[in-house]
Parts: sequence; C-alpha cells; structure tokens
Amino acid sequence: MPKHLISIHDFSREEILKTLKAAAAFEQNPSQPIFADKVIASIFFEPSTRTRLSFEAAANRLGARVIGFSDIGNTSVTKGETLKDTIKMVSNYADLIVIRHPLDGSARYASEVSSVPVINAGDGTNQHPTQTMLDLYSILKTQGKLDNLKINMVGDLKYGRTVHSLLQAMSHFNPSFLFTSPEELKMPQEYKEYLEKLNIPYKETKHLNDGINDADIIYMTRVQRERFTDPIEYERVKNIYSLNLSMISNCKPNMKILHPLPRVNEISQDVDSSNHAYYFEQAENGVYTRMAIIALLLGAENQ
Amino acid sequence: MEKQLKVSAIKDGTVLDHIPSNQLFKVIDILGLSKSSNQITFGTNLDSKLLGKKGIIKISDKYFESDDINRIALIAPEAKINIIHDFEVVEKRVLSIPTNVKGIVKCMNPMCITNHQPVETLFTTIVDSPDFKLLCHFCERVTDKDNLKIISNPQ
Repeated sequence: MPKHLISIHDFSREEILKTLKAAAAFEQNPSQPIFADKVIASIFFEPSTRTRLSFEAAANRLGARVIGFSDIGNTSVTKGETLKDTIKMVSNYADLIVIRHPLDGSARYASEVSSVPVINAGDGTNQHPTQTMLDLYSILKTQGKLDNLKINMVGDLKYGRTVHSLLQAMSHFNPSFLFTSPEELKMPQEYKEYLEKLNIPYKETKHLNDGINDADIIYMTRVQRERFTDPIEYERVKNIYSLNLSMISNCKPNMKILHPLPRVNEISQDVDSSNHAYYFEQAENGVYTRMAIIALLLGAENQ
Repeated sequence: MEKQLKVSAIKDGTVLDHIPSNQLFKVIDILGLSKSSNQITFGTNLDSKLLGKKGIIKISDKYFESDDINRIALIAPEAKINIIHDFEVVEKRVLSIPTNVKGIVKCMNPMCITNHQPVETLFTTIVDSPDFKLLCHFCERVTDKDNLKIISNPQ
C-alpha cells in the first residue's frame, strides 16, 4: 500500500478493491478500537461538515484520539506560518494527518514534508480521494460489482472534482459514461482524451431525460451559482437539471442515485423516499471507507 | 567572397545559435545574462535557413552547466550550443527537454500551492509531439507551451 492517500491515482485497482473490502468488514463491525494508542490530527484549513465529522467519527470508532482544528482563526496560520512548518509540527504530535486545504496541491506537498501518513480530505479544486473511495463503495454495495456499469454524471462536470476523480477511478472497471451538463459546464477535454486513450465509451448530452432509463448509476452534482457569468442562464439551468420522481418511473430496478451532498434543488424532495435514492446511505458509507483508509495507512494487521 | 559574420567571433566561451528570434530576450532572461559581467554580443532577426529568422548570443569566457543550459530547451528546443576555445568549436551540445522540470517554470494554475508558499515547482514533461506539456506534480494541472512562464534565474 502507498504510505499516503493524496490522489485517487495513487491507488491501483487492487489497492482500491482491498480498501473497499476492508470498508465492508468495518460496516459489519463498526466499533473496533484497534488504535487506542494512536493520535490522529484532523487539520481543516477551510470549513467542511460531512468530511470532517465522518473522519472524526471513523477515528473515534477505531479508538484513536483526535486532535486538530476546523478553523484557522486561532492558529499560527494567521501569524503567517507556512504550511510546511505547520505540518512539521503536527507530524511530531500525531500518528496520521487528515488535511483539508483551499490550495490545489497542498496535500501532496504536506505528504512530502510529513514524517507520518497523510490523507487528503480535499485540496482546493484538485482531489478528494476519500469521497471517491466512498462513491466506489456505494456503487459496489448497491450494484454488487464495479465492472461493466453504465454511469450517468449530471450537472457541473467542468469544476466538480468528485466527478473527475470518480471517472479516473472507475476507468479500472470497464464502464461506459454519459455526461449530462449544460454547455457551460461540460466535461473538460483532458478527461475525454483520457477516456479515449483507454477506449472507454462516453456520450454527451444536454438533456437530463436522455440517460435515465438505461443507467445503473446516476451521479448528480450541484450546479453552483458562482460558476455562471449570466445569472439568468443560471436560473434556467438550475431548473432544467432537477431530477424528480416522475422522471425515474421507467428506470432500471437496480438504478441508484448518488450525490456527494449538499444537495440544493437538483434532486427533488419527492425522490428521497424512492428506493433509487441512495445519497444519505452514501454519506454514511463515508465513515466505513475512512475507517478502512486510516486502518490500511496505519498498517493494521488484523484486516 | 569572404563570409562576414553579423555577430563577431569570440576567442573563448559559449555560442548559442538558432534561437527563435521571438525568444531571444527570454533566453537572455533565463540565463541571467543581464546581470553577467562577461562580454556578450548578440544579434536577432538574422537570416536562417532553418528558422527563417534567428537569434544568436555569444558569451566570452562563460561555460554553462547542463542543468542551466537545459532551462532554455523549454522555449528554444532547436537552439545549438557551441563551446569555443581559441576561435574553434571544441564541443557541440544538444539541448534536451528534461523529463522532469524542477524550478524554472511557474505553474499556470493561480490556486496551485507553488504560487502561494515557498515551494519549488516540479513538473513531469508530457511529450505530445511536436509539442510538450508540463504536468504539475502538486496540483495535477497541465501548463501548456503557450502559457509557459519562466522563473528568472536569480543569480
């Protein structure tokens, strides 16, 4: 196993599968205080609810003590301390560091100055590999497999780091993709070229109705107002990319809707009670996958 | 008729020939020549069979380390480097774009850690013939040839 988890392509297909297997074991038995002698640092340079809480829940379920901060307001960072110095100091106090930072590449840099394993909990708009791991776990759990699935990604495909990382991770498993987005938020060329090199089929559409009936997974993302220069265009797009119950009436029985959350209005409330809705369980899976990642990086031998 | 050189010969030193004219001053910047105390002569927009127009720089009594001279491969890959001793070319050096580029280039992503903290840039070269792109080791974004910004040699 690699020493750190910074980017989803640090993990091979086998390492991904090993992590998901460990996550399944933790779901069976979520309280395993195997790291009662360990200290985990959770350092969040920008706000986060789900990621931070699920990491801290995962650490606590493993018996580890958690130190850290969720607001740089009362740390030395406001005095101008460099990231390098902060990481050097924290790696003297803790056995593993979980970091979220607003700058792209900050987690990779942190892993190179740290003496202990580092987990990237989001570096700017670049990577968020533990989200990808929990997405994969959710797909595996609901479909019983990762191979040969049809995945429809919807919404902000241009800036959404979760869709980019999921695309890269799924490329190990012979998928086919449909990209549903407004013109302004299309999947960037570099990712399409990446798929072409691997001979992975994809199609693009602007119409949400196109890819619902034959999809195994619909991966919804939030369309953010700040991505648009024209507010009228935002209003138009916001209403078009809203999934409601009547739209999924003819979908495949195994189809599940995923969303990294927070959701605004891209999934209508009436979908929540449908057995195709999976976004809340998906968030819960974050605890088990993060337990698995922490355990593997700390070298648990009882996996 | 005797061939006359547009930029006169040097006795000892380094000649950088076949520099694209529009890159000449960048090459001077990268090599830190504006701060050099050596005798330097250069010409630009000279006729060239290879490039149409070319630039040339002759630096007396100066020899470069490979790492330093390879910096210019990023903007002038066709340049020819001749080492001169007693008016004779004693060595021709070929430039190569390094597989990893450390320092030298600025990452074009404004949100990259290297543009905010004292972190030396590091890229992997992706050769996409005839062009190349630089993949940032930290933020994983690509800086293409058209957006290449050189970090000036601090010497």
